[in-house]
Amino acid sequence: MSLTTSTTLRVVIMEPATAPTAENSQPFEKMQALLERGFAVTRATPRGKTAPTDRSSLLVLGHFSETEVAQGMETEGTEVRFRDSRTLDPDSTVALAEEMREATATFKHGAWKPWFPVIDYDRCTNCMQCLSFCLFGVYGVDDGDRIQVQNNDQCKTNCPACSRVCPEAAIMFPKYKTGPINGDQVANKDLQREKMKIDISALLGGDVYDLLRTRSEKAKSRFSKERNPDKALNERVKCLNKLANSGDIPPEVLMSLPSADEIQRRAVEAKAKADAALEKSRNPSP
Amino acid sequence: MKDKDSETASSNTGEQETASERILYCHCNYAQIIAPEVKQSVLKKLCASGRAFDAVADLCEMAARKDPALLRLTQGGGVKIAACFPRAVKWLFSGANVPLDRDHTEVVNMRENQADQVLERLLAADLQPNLPVDNQPPPASEQAGNTANRTS
Repeated sequence: MSLTTSTTLRVVIMEPATAPTAENSQPFEKMQALLERGFAVTRATPRGKTAPTDRSSLLVLGHFSETEVAQGMETEGTEVRFRDSRTLDPDSTVALAEEMREATATFKHGAWKPWFPVIDYDRCTNCMQCLSFCLFGVYGVDDGDRIQVQNNDQCKTNCPACSRVCPEAAIMFPKYKTGPINGDQVANKDLQREKMKIDISALLGGDVYDLLRTRSEKAKSRFSKERNPDKALNERVKCLNKLANSGDIPPEVLMSLPSADEIQRRAVEAKAKADAALEKSRNPSP
Repeated sequence: MKDKDSETASSNTGEQETASERILYCHCNYAQIIAPEVKQSVLKKLCASGRAFDAVADLCEMAARKDPALLRLTQGGGVKIAACFPRAVKWLFSGANVPLDRDHTEVVNMRENQADQVLERLLAADLQPNLPVDNQPPPASEQAGNTANRTS
């Protein structure tokens, strides 16, 4: 995976035991602002437990004196800063956290929408259909030849196609709109529903490109006859829309598919990878 | 390093019976799959409740990156997670090589419940574990990765 594994900066908002005053209010606004900028936030109060501290850097906001603020700590790459939050509004709280994020090189969010398959291994039968199907190298196998998601950032945003080829409904996209792909429970009717499945061959270069080529040729022919570029374009859009609607695949994903030859090459490669993994799991070497 | 906030929280609590489980809130930042009014209301009322809790911007995003911070979120005893479907949450953590403890985790689904229902479960004294039951061992790589993460 090419995504960074650096940790997220943790901001701790310490609440005093006394009732909040005007100057220390807005815990919700501060928290919301921090979360929307991708920070992990802990609200520490005298009531209840929070996750333990690890070795990551911390920005602690609370009612601190100047001496306490100046104390701070830095050990083995871990930095802890204390700041008096009484004069901070949500914007300046975020600015302070951003400053510390820069200084500690912790994760900066927002570059990538987290859209990727999540495998339910309670359901997965390791049939490798997803590996054979995906043209973008999202899937691979682990040391035990078990299917796994290896390059989740190569997944095409909003495309749940691989989950539709899974015969066991074992592939989830938690941000998908409907179940069971979104992680909702799988019912028998989901497994039987024809709509759940799409023909793998349709997206492995055959039908999609035949369809596109036929349409394109027809459109080209009309274009040459009628000299109407709009019609040709409409035709292409209509074709893509039909494909998109039939498989719930975003048009932009279809538009971004590689050339037909490249698709065939990748499909053969993926299938070989899947076959090899299946073969190995059937006949494990001693 | 000492866990200043947790220590303060657990040593001073006079309401152990309602504060024995941790709360983890996911803001699901990158998608509109959870109604904004539900998220807002849950977060606002959690803040007003006086309870300590952890919050993250987006569990999916952290799981995708295998953010080391996920490990600490699984530690420290029972936890109630305000997020989406339990099946999705279970395999998100598992995919990041930090499986949740099935006997001590309750996932409260903000996609399907109203804010008040979510709050009621989060602040309830009892924990109702609801992760789906395992029927297969985790992948080999998950076990290996897990060990690496825990010792790092």
